[in-house]
Amino acid sequence: MTTTAPPPGALTAEPEPAAPGPRPGAGPARRTRLLILLTAVGLLLVMAVLSVMVGARSLSPGTVWDALFHFDDSDEHVMVRELRVPRTVIGLVTGAALGLSGALIQAFTRNPLADPGVLGVNAGASLAVTFAVAVLGFGAASQFIWFALAGAFGLTVLVYALGSIGADRGTPVKLTLAGVAFTAVCGGLTSAMALKSTTTFDVMRFWGVGSIGGRSLDILPVALPLVGAGIALGLLSAGSLNALALGDDIARSLGTRLAVARVSVVLAVTLLAGTSVAVAGPISFVGLMVPHVVRWFVGPDQRWILPVTTVAAPAFLLAADIVGRVVLPSGELQVGLVTALVGAPVLVVLVRRRKVSSL
Amino acid sequence: MTAATPPARVGPGRATWVWRRWGVALRFERRSVLVCGTLAAVVALLGVLALGTGSLRLSPAEVLSALFDPDADPRARLVVVTWRLPRLLFAVVCGAALAVSGAIFQSLTKNPLGSPDVIGFASGSYAGASVVMLLLGSADYLAVASGSLTGGTVTALLVYALAHRHGVRPFRLIIVGIAVGAFLSSLTSMLLLSVSPQQAMLVATWGAGSLNGLGFEQLRVAAVVLVVLLICAATVVRPLVQLEMGDDTAVALGVNARRARFAGTLVGVALTALVTAAVGPIAFVALAAPQIARRLTRGATTLRIAPAALTGAAVLVTADFIAQRVDLPVGVVTVCVGGVYLAWLLVRQYRGGRR
Repeated sequence: MTTTAPPPGALTAEPEPAAPGPRPGAGPARRTRLLILLTAVGLLLVMAVLSVMVGARSLSPGTVWDALFHFDDSDEHVMVRELRVPRTVIGLVTGAALGLSGALIQAFTRNPLADPGVLGVNAGASLAVTFAVAVLGFGAASQFIWFALAGAFGLTVLVYALGSIGADRGTPVKLTLAGVAFTAVCGGLTSAMALKSTTTFDVMRFWGVGSIGGRSLDILPVALPLVGAGIALGLLSAGSLNALALGDDIARSLGTRLAVARVSVVLAVTLLAGTSVAVAGPISFVGLMVPHVVRWFVGPDQRWILPVTTVAAPAFLLAADIVGRVVLPSGELQVGLVTALVGAPVLVVLVRRRKVSSL
Repeated sequence: MTAATPPARVGPGRATWVWRRWGVALRFERRSVLVCGTLAAVVALLGVLALGTGSLRLSPAEVLSALFDPDADPRARLVVVTWRLPRLLFAVVCGAALAVSGAIFQSLTKNPLGSPDVIGFASGSYAGASVVMLLLGSADYLAVASGSLTGGTVTALLVYALAHRHGVRPFRLIIVGIAVGAFLSSLTSMLLLSVSPQQAMLVATWGAGSLNGLGFEQLRVAAVVLVVLLICAATVVRPLVQLEMGDDTAVALGVNARRARFAGTLVGVALTALVTAAVGPIAFVALAAPQIARRLTRGATTLRIAPAALTGAAVLVTADFIAQRVDLPVGVVTVCVGGVYLAWLLVRQYRGGRR
């Protein structure tokens, strides 16, 4: 993998720079990175406010303020409290969870193709939900949460068990391949069940794109602690991920306990991605794209990538959700669709223009 | 990422057979030959079983006589040769094509998660076929096939063009491929969400890939194309394997990096296009077969044509054998069979303490 665009005029022999281990301290200056972090925080606040204001019926900031702090049962106030705020909060939680889990899994596997689903989280959740619909006859999205959660965690445990048999346990490549294998099997079983019954297929095609609309805040008491624990664990892993990027041997000699570092990263990814898929369904692309873009801006130091991603991803998710609400005059687009429609062109432009850093 | 793959055993570490005659010497790695032989036998065995099962059951002996004896029961010959044989051969052709295509892309991108999908071909052809089936309202085999072929080719060209800036770097190719693929998948999902469940299911069934309703006319074309493409693939293998060592080393060894990458991409995409046009985008064979083959042969690179092709054929024939029993598109079974086998291989490897 290469890091820089070759100088113009280079003919066939494009030099490959030496394997780029993240060099903590390399990348933009500290002040630039602080500025980027603050910009991301600012963006997030703007998006959160917009997300409460904008929709099929736009509200003024004053109305929103009153609805939050001087509530008076009017339609607009009820709408803010019952629809817009829950939606925004769910967007914040799932966005942060998706972004950080994506950054963690990419750093951990050192694979730019890795997304939070690589350890089988989404596949496990989808399989469990499909099972609930096809065999047990559930039908409402709010009932799926527990199945999704169970499926996500159950499958990650299996993947980790398979990935850690043998002498050198839990290495990223083995975990990735184990995840790919289990993801495939679950995906096959899921489509088998879905293609056998029109009802199941119909429910699954809507659940499967991912949406943060129409969820109630009742799930937050469960989701918040899980995501909070995942974020804490993930952010604390930044140092050991920096060390692991230099190779296992060097990391060990720098005092990293490999087994502990690996288990905590896998646990964090599972908590974050598993909760997010349970709450909002499998939202693609956020966990894949945001860490890449953040890395191009802040450089290879995980101590910066992880926090900035945690802030930037929910901002992106909320922005996509707002676009989805605005773009169609009637009805709305699920956020899981808009993330790719909006994000893909941005990603292509960025990867062509910037000097991109691989992992 | 090659950095993480196990170190290769090179030189005298691998037992070889050497064939010398008429001033020519050919070296065969013993393990590869044995693996290929076993895989071929597996394909043949499963093939005979598959030809004998269905609403008319035949014993292996009856199948063989129907195949090779022109005086056999004409009814058995009709069922075996005219009805069931094309489907079996299609499974072999498609499996081989997908596996070689996957091997090429995994080598090109130096990534075990690499597959023709990274260049967006599958999502492009799925989008193309969905447009034909839902917006133009045609379920005709030729219309859908050309829709998928057009969609896939346009997408692949688009990805290659967008990734091209002072040559195509694997990393940029991957990122652009992901982005374009995700974009198209979202568009397809939007289409699928806007139609009736029955219509959406029809498209999804095509999207899973199915070998139903294929005859000798399509097979003849597909087989000829496959042979041509495999010969092309054989010529790009050597420079691509050298590129796995890094551009500097490969160029020093006399490889034209840019041309080799372009040729590799072209052959890989053409192989996928062949399968997608014929039977729809069958998932996972391209991803899993090269990895399975490399673990079976314990080779240094995933880019070995014969083992990969035979593994792909074996996976797809097995999957189709099961798919016919449970009445599902073969693509659905492929992922299960391939996934379980990959998992089993991983377990076995760890037990043996090898990497």
